[in-house]
Amino acid sequence: MTRALVSVPKTARRGEIVDIRAMIAHPMETGYRMGPNGAEIPRHIITRLVCTYGGDEVFAAEFFPAMSANPFVSFSLIAAESGTVSFAWTDDTGQTETASAEIVVS
Amino acid sequence: MLPLSRRRVLGGLAAGACVALASPSVLAQAPPRVVVIGGGFGGASVARTLKREDPGIAVALIEPNAHYTACPLSNSVIAGLRDMNAQHFGYAGIEADGIIHVPQKAVRVEADQRRVVLADEVRLGYDRLVVAPGIDMRFDAIPGYDAAAAELMPHAWKAGEQTLLLRRQLEVMPDGGLVVISAPPNPFRCPPGPYERASLVASYLKTHKPRSKILILDAKDAFSKQRLFQAGWATLYPGMIEWVGLSFGGRVTEVDAATWTLRTEFGEHRAAVANVIPPQRAGAIASIAGVADQTGWCPIDPVTFESRLVPGVHVIGDAAIGGAMPKSAFTANAQAKACASAVIALLRGRMPAEPKLINTCYSLLAPDYGISIAGVYSPQNGLLAEVEGAGGTSPLDAPQAVRAEEAAYGEAWFGTITTEAFG
Repeated sequence: MTRALVSVPKTARRGEIVDIRAMIAHPMETGYRMGPNGAEIPRHIITRLVCTYGGDEVFAAEFFPAMSANPFVSFSLIAAESGTVSFAWTDDTGQTETASAEIVVS
Repeated sequence: MLPLSRRRVLGGLAAGACVALASPSVLAQAPPRVVVIGGGFGGASVARTLKREDPGIAVALIEPNAHYTACPLSNSVIAGLRDMNAQHFGYAGIEADGIIHVPQKAVRVEADQRRVVLADEVRLGYDRLVVAPGIDMRFDAIPGYDAAAAELMPHAWKAGEQTLLLRRQLEVMPDGGLVVISAPPNPFRCPPGPYERASLVASYLKTHKPRSKILILDAKDAFSKQRLFQAGWATLYPGMIEWVGLSFGGRVTEVDAATWTLRTEFGEHRAAVANVIPPQRAGAIASIAGVADQTGWCPIDPVTFESRLVPGVHVIGDAAIGGAMPKSAFTANAQAKACASAVIALLRGRMPAEPKLINTCYSLLAPDYGISIAGVYSPQNGLLAEVEGAGGTSPLDAPQAVRAEEAAYGEAWFGTITTEAFG
């Protein structure tokens, strides 16, 4: 797989609601298209994104062929403790790409 | 100029003046009237083509500015390679053709009564109206980027004061500064324009401020002539221009003009010079006239360029939804000629013919390094679609002599098109 980008605030106050953004460069090939030679282009999509915060799963999403290429996900978290926000994308072939960022809560 | 034009207008076209209506014999012979709003490449070309192809039509061109400032080659002005005066074109040639230049602003269109209302409330009647208003910036699209912010972070996407402002900012920028160009999503005016601009700014910086860098933040994942541009940048300006596409976090989501900051979904950049090219829409009169849809652009019939929303009104150039046709001066001129033929056919009771349209966009990567993209378009399924197998781009591995020739072709094209549009 390829490059992933994440946006997590470096600092936050305890209890603050913070915006989390994540994007991964991926073709998200649906499996429904035919190539120029008439042969089916095999499906190749990310099937699952999991986000953990301080080791606990806080967000997860199943992806389907209708998702666009380079899927972008945005959600909110409540800043509870300083820790690592980690992301893991898994695709059809079982490969996993990860990214993470630290947040300092005061 | 004003009183003369007004008198001619009142005699020939004003709906309030009943001179022509007073005598039935005059009415029977009254020439068909076409009013054109907008004196850019599209409007000037359609007015002249109408008059040349059918001198019996009375044509009025509504344009408040005394001269037009052309966008093509204005990137060369920004790079200090060209004088701004070379971008100015007056309307004397158009007036000499027998077209009435109305130096006023159109403020409303009363389409049900087929008349245009001018700023001074004079009404011009028409049998067919052609609207060619070009573009307006969408100052609601990027938070923080409004008209005031554009005075600090110029868009320079309509040639004029904004062009000169960006030029001055580059001149005073210290060596080692970061120039950020924010490129909009499709559709927008001049698809290769932001990348030509980056190239020519790099050519200026390379000579005058060689430690400086250019960062292009793009709301798209791909752009016109991309491989040619990127190959040229690697040769001409190694390490100087960085392009960040949408999937790499290139979309600018907010700007703070006071601190020269541009924010993306994943980062923040402080610029020494920020050129924010925001999303665009058809010029304001298009919305006022009711020919623009919720996209901000104008849906048209691809054979006649008649609006799909308001009968009797045609839309050409950047404002129109041109299907596969890019928004360029070449396109506006090609659409103007096709539209003029259709308008004449409709006024004379004939069936408009299906047009074939051509576009070519030249871009400069350096004063002696040009590349081009060309396409042929025809109506298909209600839109202008590209004719498969026609057109193409400059070869990727051409020798420098070919690039120099293309630079000269681009300059020659500008001479041809401005002569055709403005005389």
